[in-house]
Amino acid sequence: MTVAAGLAHLGDFDRHLARLAERIDRDPALLRRGRHLNTTWQLDIGDNTVLLRIIDGRIADIRQGPVVTPSAAFAISGETAVWRRLLAADPPPGDHDLFAFVKRRELRLTGDLHPLMSHLLYFKGVLGHLRGAVR
Amino acid sequence: MKGAIEPVVGRYLHLDHAGRHYRIYFETAGPDGPKGGIPLVCLHTAGSDTRQYRGLLNAASVTDRFQVIAFDLPFHGKSSPPAGWHNEEYRLTADSYTGIIMAFIAALGLERPVVMGCSIGGRVVLHLALRHKRSFRALIGLESAAHVDPYYDTSWLHRPDVHGGEIAAGVVSGLVAPQAPEAERWETLWHYMQSGPGVFKGDLYFYGIDGDVRGELGNIDTAQCPLYLLTGEYDYSCSPEDTLAVARAVAGAKVTIMKELGHFPMSENPDLFLSYLEPVLDEIAAGGSIYIEA
Repeated sequence: MTVAAGLAHLGDFDRHLARLAERIDRDPALLRRGRHLNTTWQLDIGDNTVLLRIIDGRIADIRQGPVVTPSAAFAISGETAVWRRLLAADPPPGDHDLFAFVKRRELRLTGDLHPLMSHLLYFKGVLGHLRGAVR
Repeated sequence: MKGAIEPVVGRYLHLDHAGRHYRIYFETAGPDGPKGGIPLVCLHTAGSDTRQYRGLLNAASVTDRFQVIAFDLPFHGKSSPPAGWHNEEYRLTADSYTGIIMAFIAALGLERPVVMGCSIGGRVVLHLALRHKRSFRALIGLESAAHVDPYYDTSWLHRPDVHGGEIAAGVVSGLVAPQAPEAERWETLWHYMQSGPGVFKGDLYFYGIDGDVRGELGNIDTAQCPLYLLTGEYDYSCSPEDTLAVARAVAGAKVTIMKELGHFPMSENPDLFLSYLEPVLDEIAAGGSIYIEA
């Protein structure tokens, strides 16, 4: 697993990302939701890219940094400031859910969305771990 | 007997409407009859059912004056789809929705009830205000918007390679306010997980397309039928801004933005919702009842 520091401008994001696999391993309800999920998920955060390889619901690998030829099933993309709002520990109304940002076109969902749409509660749970406060 | 039994009664109503026969499940609580409470008909959200109103049905502070009546739309909860459903694509329209509501009210013989609906129900009360303004004592729209722009492709909700219940709950999960108690949040999502195939998607045909009531709001006459609008601050589907736009367009409409609530106020946090609803019900009750003697 390769998690390099590089997104310090997102506050604790690097720290949460480094601990993400471990945290999910300790979340049996989330693992059960993702038990049939195998995919590569791309986060575009400003100019930075994070690739998460998911095998049977577990985070098997994370690659981070500017990636020349990222290859993933689907991506969630947006400006750094938008991600900072989504991942805030206690977001205000309207900033509290992925789809609120999608509705406002501040985050974009691209690629083959089947893994995401068939496992929405799983992915929202993972984002909750990145926020550091699972809801 | 050691178990506690709720004062909620569930029954089935048979009615014919628009050439089809329907078996409708409904629940009631509170006094009925000519000397009884003011009828308060409650409409659930898209892809859910009457269980959303379990808090209201059990609220003595409401049922001491109102007869709460909540029914499952056809295809929802314990209401059957009409015969022949398996050969059709289910789609809720403005005509079919208002039609079944009026047929239900007529079949039960309710005299000028209050109708309260949430989400699609919050939208349809605007249609009721336009089409049947003399038929109601008051209308209450929860999470009311005149129109909602799409923010995902609803075809994801009904396809064989995606579990319909899982995605429905996933789509709406973020519409529950973060402050909702965990048990109430997940029961609200459970209702969505139990919806029949294609039903949530079919309801959203009304929500996103056929039920667009922009441009007609100015014709709503609140002197004939008072209109109350209550919307949760965490609702980004029918947002507070959407509801405030309705209130600006309807002279006399009364609007409340509810703190720490989302798209399912009566279901995600029943006690907090009641604190907002009770003043509205007080005002409606004080407006004069044909049932309750002064």
